[in-house]
Amino acid sequence: MVTSVRAAQPVITARNLVKAYGDVNAVDGISFDVPAGESFGLLGPNGAGKSTTMRMIGGVSQRTSGQLDIMGLDPELQGPEVRAHLGVVPQQDNLDEELRVRDNLIIYGRYFGLSRSYLAQRADELLEFAQLEDKAKARVDSLSGGMKRRLTIARSLINDPKILLLDEPTTGLDPQARHVLWDRLFRLKERGVTLVLTTHYMDEAEQLCDRLIVVDKGQIMAEGSPAELIRKHSSREVLEVRFGTDRNAAAADQLDGTGDRIEVLPDRVLVYSENGEESLEVIRARGLRPMTSLVRRASLEDVFLRLTGRSLID
Amino acid sequence: MSILHDDDYILAPDRRPLSALYSRNARAVIERGFRVIKSQNWVVLVSGFFEPVFYLLSMGIGLGRLVGSVQGPSGAPISYAAYIAPALLAVSAMNGAIYDSTWNIFFKMHFGKLYQSMLYTSLGPFDIAVGEIFMALFRGFLYALGFTGVMAVMGLIATPWALLLVPAAVTVAFGFASFGMAITSYMKTFQQMDVITFVMLPMFLFSATFYPLSVYPEPVQWVVEALPLWHGVELMREISTGAFSVLTLVHLLYYLVMILVGLAFTTRRLRALFLR
Ligand SMILES: Nc1ncnc2c1ncn2[C@@H]1O[C@H](COP(=O)(O)OP(=O)(O)OP(=O)(O)O)[C@@H](O)[C@H]1O
Ligand SMILES: [Mg+2]
Repeated sequence: MVTSVRAAQPVITARNLVKAYGDVNAVDGISFDVPAGESFGLLGPNGAGKSTTMRMIGGVSQRTSGQLDIMGLDPELQGPEVRAHLGVVPQQDNLDEELRVRDNLIIYGRYFGLSRSYLAQRADELLEFAQLEDKAKARVDSLSGGMKRRLTIARSLINDPKILLLDEPTTGLDPQARHVLWDRLFRLKERGVTLVLTTHYMDEAEQLCDRLIVVDKGQIMAEGSPAELIRKHSSREVLEVRFGTDRNAAAADQLDGTGDRIEVLPDRVLVYSENGEESLEVIRARGLRPMTSLVRRASLEDVFLRLTGRSLID
Repeated sequence: MSILHDDDYILAPDRRPLSALYSRNARAVIERGFRVIKSQNWVVLVSGFFEPVFYLLSMGIGLGRLVGSVQGPSGAPISYAAYIAPALLAVSAMNGAIYDSTWNIFFKMHFGKLYQSMLYTSLGPFDIAVGEIFMALFRGFLYALGFTGVMAVMGLIATPWALLLVPAAVTVAFGFASFGMAITSYMKTFQQMDVITFVMLPMFLFSATFYPLSVYPEPVQWVVEALPLWHGVELMREISTGAFSVLTLVHLLYYLVMILVGLAFTTRRLRALFLR
């Protein structure tokens, strides 16, 4: 009997993963577990090593050291067997430009050894999901950037994967397409599919990830659910004040003690505080007059800023 | 679509040989190749066929005027065009195979993303290598067929044995292609790729392609006789006139060994070639 509280078996176990390019460690000792059915996120600034980690999970990049176990197998020793159950959306679309749109799906399915009759039906269903039915016979290079992205995402589902690796899946998608994808991902998750994704969109990470790691310079800076991370690394609220581009830094010197912590960005100053309105009153009482002010709940973006010293979208 | 349970996430290892690199599905790579050919402009496909034909026309007919007839493999005199035509077929098989297994692979690896996308499926590098070599040989087969046809039209074929030129050309191509990929795995830049051309051109010119080996001093003859192209040229020449001897078997054996060693070498280098 299956009980709902039983902790799921990890389907991905990474221990001290290292990937060196020359004398630089792009991934520098990363360890994590992903249980079955979880939606697991990798966040981090550009060059943090997210895509490199994803490629090692897919078994297409050889690790320099460390252990990796995917569904009980080492992807380096059992690449084809592991990848038979993986769906991959790489950061950069790698569609087959020499084949038409629908053939991209069919031939990709053939690489998995799936039958033509199965693929004919599956391809039509995925074209519908990607909203590309009327482009079935079009050349790939005639598609827009977002359409290519949608086709790449649709293609990753052709083999009904147990684990789906999504490297910045929604980059380049319009809001409607993004919501179609989120909806699809939720439904896959309900079916027990495990998701591993990277994103630079914090709303996406909060929406989609049960748990995530923040990576910087190839190392894990923090790990937890979005709510846990916010609780641990940020105050409850954030007060954003603007004094004008040249004056933010000078004004910030006078903000000491108005909140738990002050963060100066080029265009605004962030005051981390349990109560933003109270902090704003303290600031006004000091005779400072911000041009604009805004109180909001702390988000993952604040956690990110705290941990990496950089804003997410550099 | 059913709900996934924990048990569905336990995979059994594939214990067959090469399972890290091979999913026994090279036919999917080949299927893709044919689908691309079908949708391609046929002019692209045919262009590679003309190179040896142009050589044959210019040298065979042009130079042939000056040279007259030469001694064929059987000892009987044959026209100069008939002398160089089988050699050109061997050269074209070599060039096509080398191009496909080096430049083409190098380019697709570094600039196209085709192999990256294939390697994210259950295909392994061995499937891709086998599929790509097959496609290269298929193209070589078409060119050889066309060239043999041209030879027939020009009256350069005197024996039905000449039909064997086509499979022989594919064999020669296979020998070179099986080595080419392994060599490409060591290449990192375009400059390094140029070395391949630097090796190929003299082999083309000096492998008894346009004149008999006997013009060289003996030590040079030994060197040329060790080169793969010479064996290809001689094999083709013997087939085109039906003048078979023990040497024919030696040439074939040379290629058989070359194919086996090349494939083993390429298989060893697959990780370096595809999984960086
Ligand atoms: N093929 C390669 N050769 C050399 N260095 C590489 C290679 N691929 C990645 N790197 C380096 O490894 C580091 C991590 O790159 P990676 O692509 O994993 O970052 P990322 O976290 O995905 O960044 P982004 O958010 O920009 O996609 C970078 O410093 C990058 O320059
Ligand atoms: Mg990346």
